[in-house]
Amino acid sequence: MQKVYTKIESIVGNVVTVRASGVRLGDLALVGKSYANVIKLNKDMVTLQVFSGTQGVSTTDPVRFLGRPMMVSFSDHLLGRIFDGAGVPRDNGPALTENMIPIGGPSVNPSKRTVPNKMIRTGIPMIDVFNTLVESQKLPIFSVSGEPYNQLLSRIAMQAQVDVIVLGGMGLKYDDYLFFRDTLEKSGAMGRTVMFIHTASDPTVECTLVPDLALAVAEQFALDGKRVLVLLTDMTNYADAQKEMAITMEQVPSNRGYPGDLYSCLAARYEKAVDFEDAGSITILGVTTMPGDDVTHPVPDNTGYITEGQYYLKNGHIEPFGSLSRLKQNVNGKTRSDHRALMDGMIRLYSAYKESLEKKSMGFAMSEWDEKLLKYGHLFETKLMDLSVNIPLEEALDLGWEILAECFEPNETGLKTSLIQERWPKPSAQE
Amino acid sequence: MDKVTGFVTGVNGNLVSASFSGFVRKNEVGYVLVGDERLKGEVIRINGDTASMQIYEMTNGIQVGDKVELSGQLMSVELGPGLLTQVFDGLQNPLPKLAEKCGFFLERGVYLDPIPNRDWEFTPRVAPGDVVTAGDAIGSVPEGLFTHLIMVPFDLTDEWTVKSVREKGVYNVRDTMAVLENEKGEQRELTMVFSWPVKQPIRCYEERLRPDETLVTKIRSIDTFLPVAKGGTFCVPGPFGAGKTVLQHMEAKNADVDIVIVAACGERAGEVVEVLTEFPELVDPRTGRSLMERTIIICNTSSMPVAAREASVYTAVTMAEYYRQMGLDVLLLADSTSRWAQAMREMSGRLEEIPGEEAFPAYLESVIASFYERAGKVRLKSGEIASVTIGGTVSPAGGNFEEPVTQATLKVVGAFHGLSRERSDARKYPAIHPIDSWSKYKGVVDMERVEQARSILKRSNEINQMMKVIGEEGTSAEDYIIYQKGELLDAVYLQQNSFDPIDAACDPDRQVYEFDILYDVLTRDFVLEDKKEIRAFFNQVRQEFLDWHNTQFRSPEFEAQEKKLKDFYLSKVQG
Repeated sequence: MQKVYTKIESIVGNVVTVRASGVRLGDLALVGKSYANVIKLNKDMVTLQVFSGTQGVSTTDPVRFLGRPMMVSFSDHLLGRIFDGAGVPRDNGPALTENMIPIGGPSVNPSKRTVPNKMIRTGIPMIDVFNTLVESQKLPIFSVSGEPYNQLLSRIAMQAQVDVIVLGGMGLKYDDYLFFRDTLEKSGAMGRTVMFIHTASDPTVECTLVPDLALAVAEQFALDGKRVLVLLTDMTNYADAQKEMAITMEQVPSNRGYPGDLYSCLAARYEKAVDFEDAGSITILGVTTMPGDDVTHPVPDNTGYITEGQYYLKNGHIEPFGSLSRLKQNVNGKTRSDHRALMDGMIRLYSAYKESLEKKSMGFAMSEWDEKLLKYGHLFETKLMDLSVNIPLEEALDLGWEILAECFEPNETGLKTSLIQERWPKPSAQE
Repeated sequence: MDKVTGFVTGVNGNLVSASFSGFVRKNEVGYVLVGDERLKGEVIRINGDTASMQIYEMTNGIQVGDKVELSGQLMSVELGPGLLTQVFDGLQNPLPKLAEKCGFFLERGVYLDPIPNRDWEFTPRVAPGDVVTAGDAIGSVPEGLFTHLIMVPFDLTDEWTVKSVREKGVYNVRDTMAVLENEKGEQRELTMVFSWPVKQPIRCYEERLRPDETLVTKIRSIDTFLPVAKGGTFCVPGPFGAGKTVLQHMEAKNADVDIVIVAACGERAGEVVEVLTEFPELVDPRTGRSLMERTIIICNTSSMPVAAREASVYTAVTMAEYYRQMGLDVLLLADSTSRWAQAMREMSGRLEEIPGEEAFPAYLESVIASFYERAGKVRLKSGEIASVTIGGTVSPAGGNFEEPVTQATLKVVGAFHGLSRERSDARKYPAIHPIDSWSKYKGVVDMERVEQARSILKRSNEINQMMKVIGEEGTSAEDYIIYQKGELLDAVYLQQNSFDPIDAACDPDRQVYEFDILYDVLTRDFVLEDKKEIRAFFNQVRQEFLDWHNTQFRSPEFEAQEKKLKDFYLSKVQG
């Protein structure tokens, strides 16, 4: 029998307290019609965080404890569905109640992890060729407001060769939510996608639940043998929601107002990325917008310490410099014999191009070599770096050779002779 | 003794308040009983009849009124044969065994015996009637490469008389090996295992000595320029991506010590997995056996419960001190101490203590200092010299060394290996900044010449800064040569390729040998016409040097390349 409490002692921010007994930490409750969870117990004082905010909550509203923690339904019926941060359907579909699983479960035993060694193909050359995404990797996309990071994520969602996509949206603009929904529906990727969307106008507490919901579902899919890609956007909003709640709770802030456990909070989520032996895997790509383009801001800074590399999305493309996939060497040795050498060679030349460009902008005379580099840089940027390019890795590598052949003599590339003999496009094939 | 019990009165994150009847000790271990789970915790504050406990597990599901059991024991680890090669979590739970029991996930409330239940071949070292005291060996068992001493527990500090001791033979680790009696007639039965509270340093030695022997890491920039000493301490702060963990793994592989303990504290699980898969296959050049045989891994990765993170560094250092008691040199590598400090900060916040800088607790400095002070070179009662060396990485927020954890650490360590983002961006590995970093220890090469080399490096750096303003044209040929000398030193000596099978580990003999030649190049005057020629000359020297690195020490190719190098640069020497 559920006991109903009808006297709320205090309402501060999103937090209410009631006197109750027999309540467990983390339990779910209903305050009026909104869900809430127990975040603190002190003798018979129970502190609850109300998901949809406390606006209009009356001290006489009924509080009912459900006797179970926050859970989410898991089944194949999730695919193609859209939910909000409390797990309530957003898409007019039926609510799912079967096979409920708890969220925010324990972490994976490190001795059961395996060394990641499978590549995820995305069809985006800047990822596949230069900073390969690896199954079970966790990578943030460092970007700035205004950059097309959501477009990039939706491209990855459409093109990535995985079984299931779980998209977690935090503080999304409503337009962006519609953009994701429409793009994925149009491309047919919706059938393998689950979305948990918190929009900017939704209650703050729900924002902090989105990653947990998304990852709990992803974990179950992975245990069922699926290769899951979790896309999170935008983790800075998640951190800001944590900050807002911590401050309401009168916690001592540590750095620029963020709570002291920001690192642990982010790590507990990102570390859900895993490759299960004899089962599936979870790969996480999370957008982190850098306030003021400052990588030392607490959110990108803490993220960088947790993740295995980062993609910088700047000026509409993934930057070849700074971007790093720490796990790429686990896989790019076995894709194609020329992958690593071509990757290094092309980046080296691109960096030379940047120097020439700088010289040009300072008004220095351009040598013949500089002109070649400028041509190369232009081709590189339009044919490979552009986000709309969608070609498989092998074609991208061939394209790389073509670009080199169009701009340079073989001995100018600094690549090994044996490789050039094998891969350099024949003149007849060019024209 | 009756167990003191109580019940939960409040929960806030991983802090549980419990009301109890009877006596309670600060820092004793207690358990909260949730359903049939027992969640371990430690009493960190007592106020009236309320004890505040930090729980080492997730606290979801605890309710007011849940039973609490206090054990009367301080937070301890089990010490005995069989610790080596194992992988523990911060509370000394063996992770592979936990995986056998619980599968993929770390179930809470499951605590397994850290000491493998197996037999060992025991050889006694005492006879009935002998008088022994804490730390004395009553016998030994062979543990892999080492003779593992079975010692009198470190808390038996009085004089004890051996009543009986087992004969040489094979016994289970939990069998009684000896019986001791003291003056008062109290008897104690000793097995091969005993426990020791992690936060108390083990002090069963005659005296602490000055750390004056270099701990060779086979990394040139460390051994020559920024040495570490056996029994000393060092710290490695650096921004993310600067290569802290890679550097620590190199040290773990090559360090000239008997035992390496790796404490992965609040870092990525993937990095621990790398060590777990790589180390068993690597061969320790000192012994020809697998590197894992001299390694213990303590891992409390970033997603594991925060409170246990704090315990993990103490668990690691206690094991290090235990093996030191056997006359061994132990290296403890903690990655990263910032995560440990953050765990303290979280707890301090929950206790509503007045925050210090960046909300770290005011006692941060003293806690860090007393941790590093557990390192040391000692003379044991047996006369043997043994040491514990501690190296900790620091992950400063934003890569800024002015933050409290880095500063508190710098005050107490003997060597500072600061990693720089600029160097790692330029792919100059190891990315230890050669000018900002310092060491108070003695290296493998005599310090006077090293100082001179360092001053050339400093001068070269200044000239480089100047050249950025006035351009190469405005720089004198003399200055330009100094600049090139500094660049040469950096490229051929400070940088080291950890992926090259030969260059990855540079023996001290070779370091002395190569430094001699490098020093010769650095201090000579060369006849060179203009900047173009200077640049070409130094490029050539650099190339010859790098080729030399890739040859086996003292092989014919090595000698041929050395001659080539010498002939080349001596041809341009003045006079």
